[in-house]
Amino acid sequence: MRREPPQRLGDYGPLFFPAGMLTLFFVVPFATMIAVSFFQREQGGFYTPAFVLDNYARFLSLFFGKVLGFSLFLAVAVAIACVVVGVPFTYLLARSARKMQIAWLVALLSILSLSEVMIGFAWSTLFSRTAGITNLFVWLGLMSQAQALTPSFGAVMTAMTYQAFPYTVLVLYPALVRLDPTLAEAARTLGASPVKAFFTVVVPALRNTILATLIMVFIFALGSYLLPQLLGRPQHWTLSVLITDQAIYQSNMPFAAAMAVFLVLVSLALVGLAVYAGQQKEAK
Amino acid sequence: MSGLILEHVTKQFGTFTAVSDVNLSVADGSFVCLLGPSGCGKTTLMRMIAGLDLPTGGSIRLSGTDITQVPTHKRDLGMVFQSLALFPHLTVGENIAYSLRIRGADKDAQKKRVDELLAMIHLPGFADRSVSKLSGGQRQRVAIARALAISPKLFLLDEPLSALDAKLREAMQVELRQLQQRLGITTIVVTHDQREAMTMADTVVVMNGGEIRQAAAPVDIYRRPADSFVADFIGQTNLLPFETDSAGQAAVLGTSIEGFAPLAGSTKGMLSVRPEDVQLVPAGNGAIPAKVTFVRDLGGTIETFVEAGGQQVIAVSSPRNRPEVQVGQTVGIKLDPATSVVLPK
Repeated sequence: MRREPPQRLGDYGPLFFPAGMLTLFFVVPFATMIAVSFFQREQGGFYTPAFVLDNYARFLSLFFGKVLGFSLFLAVAVAIACVVVGVPFTYLLARSARKMQIAWLVALLSILSLSEVMIGFAWSTLFSRTAGITNLFVWLGLMSQAQALTPSFGAVMTAMTYQAFPYTVLVLYPALVRLDPTLAEAARTLGASPVKAFFTVVVPALRNTILATLIMVFIFALGSYLLPQLLGRPQHWTLSVLITDQAIYQSNMPFAAAMAVFLVLVSLALVGLAVYAGQQKEAK
Repeated sequence: MSGLILEHVTKQFGTFTAVSDVNLSVADGSFVCLLGPSGCGKTTLMRMIAGLDLPTGGSIRLSGTDITQVPTHKRDLGMVFQSLALFPHLTVGENIAYSLRIRGADKDAQKKRVDELLAMIHLPGFADRSVSKLSGGQRQRVAIARALAISPKLFLLDEPLSALDAKLREAMQVELRQLQQRLGITTIVVTHDQREAMTMADTVVVMNGGEIRQAAAPVDIYRRPADSFVADFIGQTNLLPFETDSAGQAAVLGTSIEGFAPLAGSTKGMLSVRPEDVQLVPAGNGAIPAKVTFVRDLGGTIETFVEAGGQQVIAVSSPRNRPEVQVGQTVGIKLDPATSVVLPK
């Protein structure tokens, strides 16, 4: 295969189409959003082109700082929960019979076909006092009285983890299927119990895959704005909820844009940091 | 009782019997090769000895203790896998020290042992290298050192040299055998390469169809095969139809020959004659008549293909004893009862 850099303009031909699409549907809207974030807001939902930092200045308050902090915390928590549950699950799945694997993968893929709204309402019913799972616990004698589990942080976490779990498994699955099964067996012959072998060999060997999964779920969870509203209290609302609120209900586009830009920058910085930390550890 | 003893070991996967009623006794400090074609059950047998698969019947005892149901990590063994299974996230030193770390040995003891083992495998100073930067032969040695780190009671190798090129493989066979003799460790190797088995083993165990066909010293396996499968699988052989009549007179390829005892309880059998034991003589004089069909002169050896009684027979001789024959010429074959084996059909 030829492995030299393109020589003439024509050699770049195959890149034109994707580059054009990327410009049209990503660069232009994103640039527009950045521009709007500096615009002057007018009363009544309009804005005029200007270059003011008011929108960013307003953002630098304790209230928004707390919301941003909580959003990042929630996204990290969901990412960790997904990986903690997803890695052992996918490891066992990849080693089970083929029929079992297909059944599970189809079930997980069907979760992806559910919209966030449906997932939200399903969980809010499950966590309700009148029709929720606590009634089952009462029937089983585990609880004395049915109670509502929502709104709460736990409800938000559960639903978001549920929503992100299929993605987690789908990202981990190919790596775990390819993982040499003799690695864990070798660890066992060297004196490690199956659980110890899993943590000292399988998990470290999958470090890069796990890091990539964490980042993906983190970004996915950061954009969630419906589940925190449906299942959480106002203090569980994420920055995405506030952005929606500002953009749609308060008609304050410039402020919403400023928050969105800030959220993108912070998440990019965190992802960069994670990748950097991963490389440092590898270079060691 | 010491050593490793397998009694009636059987493994079934559903309706398929991978290993069937295997009895084997491996003395302490001996080197055993499980040899057979692919799918003969040799790897399954080794995995049961390692505890990676559990037998569906029979028992395995090591140094007098029944280990049939003991989990792998409590068996005190070292195993080298076909894929080597070196841990990619650990350095050479960390790979070798893994079994010591798992057992909670202190850092200094680990380092001392790693240095010892690296010296033993002729890779001193490699402790901090990444395993991905090693050559095939070096990775092989690291896998061996890792398996030997705790001085296990039993050393198992599953097709350990199959990934190496031919020259390196031969060198490693000799090295592995010398290492085993120096350490005096009970060793079992799975291989499909009979040269490898002949080079290294005290005892060669030939398997086929999940059963042990013969377990004996390499020379005995070659000289005294137990059945026609073993005779054919180990080295090259001529398998010729062998018959005895009611008077006890033996005949091969339709020609009566002297000096062969009749088979017990059967009039038909097979005669296994190694190509180097086939003597070509002038036709007549009681020899089996044959016709030369092809001569292959390989320099070091000369293979003469002849046809006798509708069957091809190969004779191998050294250049010193070059048979003066031409293609198409009629010659005679002489078989020596001392170097031929009569096998049940």
